[in-house]
Amino acid sequence: MSAVTIPYQLQLRREARSEYIFRFMTMAAALLVLALLAGVLLALLYGGWPALRTFRFGFLTTTIWNPVTEQFGALAPLYGTVITSLLAMLLAVPLAFGIAIFLTETCPLWLRSPISTCIELLAAVPSIVFGIWGLFVLAPVLQHTVQPWLIDTLGDVPGIGKLFRGPPYGIGLMTAGFVLAVMVLPFITSVMREIFLATPRSLKEAAYGLGATQWEVIWDVVLPNARAGAVGGIMLGLGRALGETMAVTFVVGNAHRISGSLLAPGTTISASIANEFTEAVGKLYTSSLIALGLLLFVLTFVIIAAARLLLLRLEARGAQV
Amino acid sequence: MSSNLRRRRVTAAIALGASGVATLLGLAILAAILWTLFSRGLGGLSWQVFTQTTPAPGSSGGLINAIYGSLVMTLLGLAIGAPIGILAATYLSEYGRGAKLSTVIRFINDVLLSAPSIVIGLFVYTLVVLSMGHFSAIAGAISLGIIVIPVTVRTAEDMLRLIPSSMRQASAGLGAQPWRTITSVVYPAARSGLLTGVLLALARISGETAPLLFTALNNQFWSAKLNQPMANLPVVIFQFATSPYKNWQSLAWTGALLITLFVLVLSILARLISNLFGTGESRIE
Amino acid sequence: MHRIFIMTATVAALALAGAVSGLAMADDISGAGATFPYPVYAKWAEAYKQKTGIGMNYQSIGSGGGIKQIEASTVTFGASDKPLEPADLKQNGLVQWPQIIGGVVPVVNIPGIKPGDLVLDGATVASIYLGEISRWNDPAIKKLNPSLPLPKLDIAPIYRSDGSGTNFLFTNYLSQVSPAFSKTIGANTSVQWPVGIGAKGNEGVANQTAQTSGAIGYVEYAYVKQTNMTYAKLINHDGKTVAPEARTFQAAAANADWERAQGYYLILTNQPGAASWPLTGASFILMHADGKDPNTAPALKFFDWAFKSGQPLAESLDYVPLPANVLKLVEKTWQDSLKVNGSPIWPAK
Repeated sequence: MSAVTIPYQLQLRREARSEYIFRFMTMAAALLVLALLAGVLLALLYGGWPALRTFRFGFLTTTIWNPVTEQFGALAPLYGTVITSLLAMLLAVPLAFGIAIFLTETCPLWLRSPISTCIELLAAVPSIVFGIWGLFVLAPVLQHTVQPWLIDTLGDVPGIGKLFRGPPYGIGLMTAGFVLAVMVLPFITSVMREIFLATPRSLKEAAYGLGATQWEVIWDVVLPNARAGAVGGIMLGLGRALGETMAVTFVVGNAHRISGSLLAPGTTISASIANEFTEAVGKLYTSSLIALGLLLFVLTFVIIAAARLLLLRLEARGAQV
Repeated sequence: MSSNLRRRRVTAAIALGASGVATLLGLAILAAILWTLFSRGLGGLSWQVFTQTTPAPGSSGGLINAIYGSLVMTLLGLAIGAPIGILAATYLSEYGRGAKLSTVIRFINDVLLSAPSIVIGLFVYTLVVLSMGHFSAIAGAISLGIIVIPVTVRTAEDMLRLIPSSMRQASAGLGAQPWRTITSVVYPAARSGLLTGVLLALARISGETAPLLFTALNNQFWSAKLNQPMANLPVVIFQFATSPYKNWQSLAWTGALLITLFVLVLSILARLISNLFGTGESRIE
Repeated sequence: MHRIFIMTATVAALALAGAVSGLAMADDISGAGATFPYPVYAKWAEAYKQKTGIGMNYQSIGSGGGIKQIEASTVTFGASDKPLEPADLKQNGLVQWPQIIGGVVPVVNIPGIKPGDLVLDGATVASIYLGEISRWNDPAIKKLNPSLPLPKLDIAPIYRSDGSGTNFLFTNYLSQVSPAFSKTIGANTSVQWPVGIGAKGNEGVANQTAQTSGAIGYVEYAYVKQTNMTYAKLINHDGKTVAPEARTFQAAAANADWERAQGYYLILTNQPGAASWPLTGASFILMHADGKDPNTAPALKFFDWAFKSGQPLAESLDYVPLPANVLKLVEKTWQDSLKVNGSPIWPAK
């Protein structure tokens, strides 16, 4: 062998070894992602086990949260989480829809980028800022103007009137719902906007050619085409709302109670944990809080999983068309 | 004009008008929040904020220990999470593309992305704080790092995938091993995209409070030690804002203003970089 | 690639610089617990740091939190407004002593009512928190305040949502004066309230009460004083109307028999005496009887300084210092009962 080829073979072997190491590193990092999820799940199960074993299924059906008698039930936090998130979606989705339509159809071209940047800036505001804004600005406004008005006008209506009873505290489930709505708004808006923009021009132009108005094109052509992505985006927004902690903790009222009225104080799973974890004394109390965390994790897991599967399935169907 | 056509035209006008109102509402809310931040936080902004530590109730002080603590823990969290995220994204985009394992990992990653950050805090509390025996800045940094990982994986993978395969094939044609291709061709081409992703991750963890509540706790004084509780802006804001002391409330708003400005600047910077430098494709062609 | 390298190197350098600069300083003494004494502990810590350069980092996460953290040994000392019973102390290997005395005060937010205008008694407060009285112009409240213009306003009771000794003092007193309260809610650091809104810490209750029209809450007196809240007067055990102030807290604490109290377990609510404030309480410090924390002796030095030189600061916030004879008892307890790794640490060298 000549003097030139020996170092070359050495170099080849070195390259192969580097390749092995690098590939291993990337795979290890990827598997770490899996390990993290498994770790979190295991840690929550381990920590929450004493509570789950003691209360069994009753943990999900009782509102009693009594550290004195050591009886804990997840129903009130669960109810609060679901109600505030649903309220947030009810407010945010139509609003996001409207903004997305405006940005993709009506808005003059030169305004589109600045306005969409502004809406995305809303997403950049840290959640704790939403919390203190909610407590110091939104809550007094709601307490002195919106809530009394709601109680007076809708409080006595049979049926939904029950939702608007009770003294106007200013903080409570409704305020938490409002703040959450503002938080998930930019997220859903940007997803919807991207989806609307992805509508094939040919479909829209065909509809215009048939004489449809702008609104009819949106409602009958763009939306059905975007349905899958829109639903996926909404569910991801829902996942975000379910897990939000700081914004909600300030304004939800911290009451382990279900009262039926939206104006009443309540609690959510993440707010309960944030408020009570460092102080919880006693194994069962701490364990109950961790069990709440497990519940929330499973809930968000199910929602996100459903959203992803839905997106995958409809993407596949779309590809067939 | 038939009444049907008129009805349809009116419906369209109303609907589009409503969409304009919706946009105005969204912008109004943003304006309200920014207005509150500036009107309540700007007044407290002074040299003191950047030179003095957090005060006792009623005394004068600043936020320097909280600012320093936040900087250290977020940068450390980024240093922990971003490399792991980019490496994992490299696997998904380069080595494992199309593999079943990759689909699973991507799915799990999205779940972690939307996981409530308070759950991450609980996890790190049981794993790190209890075993170390005390709260610490390093525990806080680890919890932030865990949040960074899925964010980085998502954006990095998207960016890496955008690099055209022609570049990879050219490199392979020259005899380079995959790792050489990735580090010498793909990474530099995706540079701006990766940087954008890292900036967005930084923006995301800068405002996180919940994971720090049970890990780094807080510190009234200046502390630079990684194995002790460290002051940080979000927890200080949390504590001060819910207090009845005027000087604390004022500092809380100033702190909130600082964080928001920091995150806003990062987001705009990330946007600028991705617009100016684009992807590797547009640069080459 | 280079950018990542540079960034990582910068961060590592920062962290290293931080760690090295930190090595030169001693560890801060760390404590956590009650929000009741937080204002005075923070003021003491500030003054102590100026004098000696040693920091005392106290996080007010609630008495429950303080107990939890000291049991887990994640802090040097815990602070609780509810004293642990001697049996609990023994079981967890803890030593406890009173550090400062203060009072819990009901505060209200009623338009037109100024500090000290409103008079309440224990039974009425209990009924409010049970949900039995729901408007401010209720006859029961009017009876105690015949000349006060009380509006037809909904009452918003604010309670502590975290585990707290303040809560314990409040519920302890109400349980003594109202059998219904004792049966339905009971006395503890954290209870289940049938009505009202929860807020975190003394700070949270003070803040929430100030924000909510028609609210009533209960906070430590230092918070009332620092922020000029609208406090209410109470009718005490002897039937006299008293205002919350150092004089009435001292009157309640004057008769306390600390010497005979095992583990200093003494609850000062509802004390007899014409000038006694019904919601008086002491705040306690908890430490391990035989621990491993090297910061234990420095912490004791801090508390000793607080006992001897911290009085003026405490009094400026209307806390009540412990009587001199109790100080002697406490220092003897330190000498006899506190050890680190088996060896006694007081008097400090």
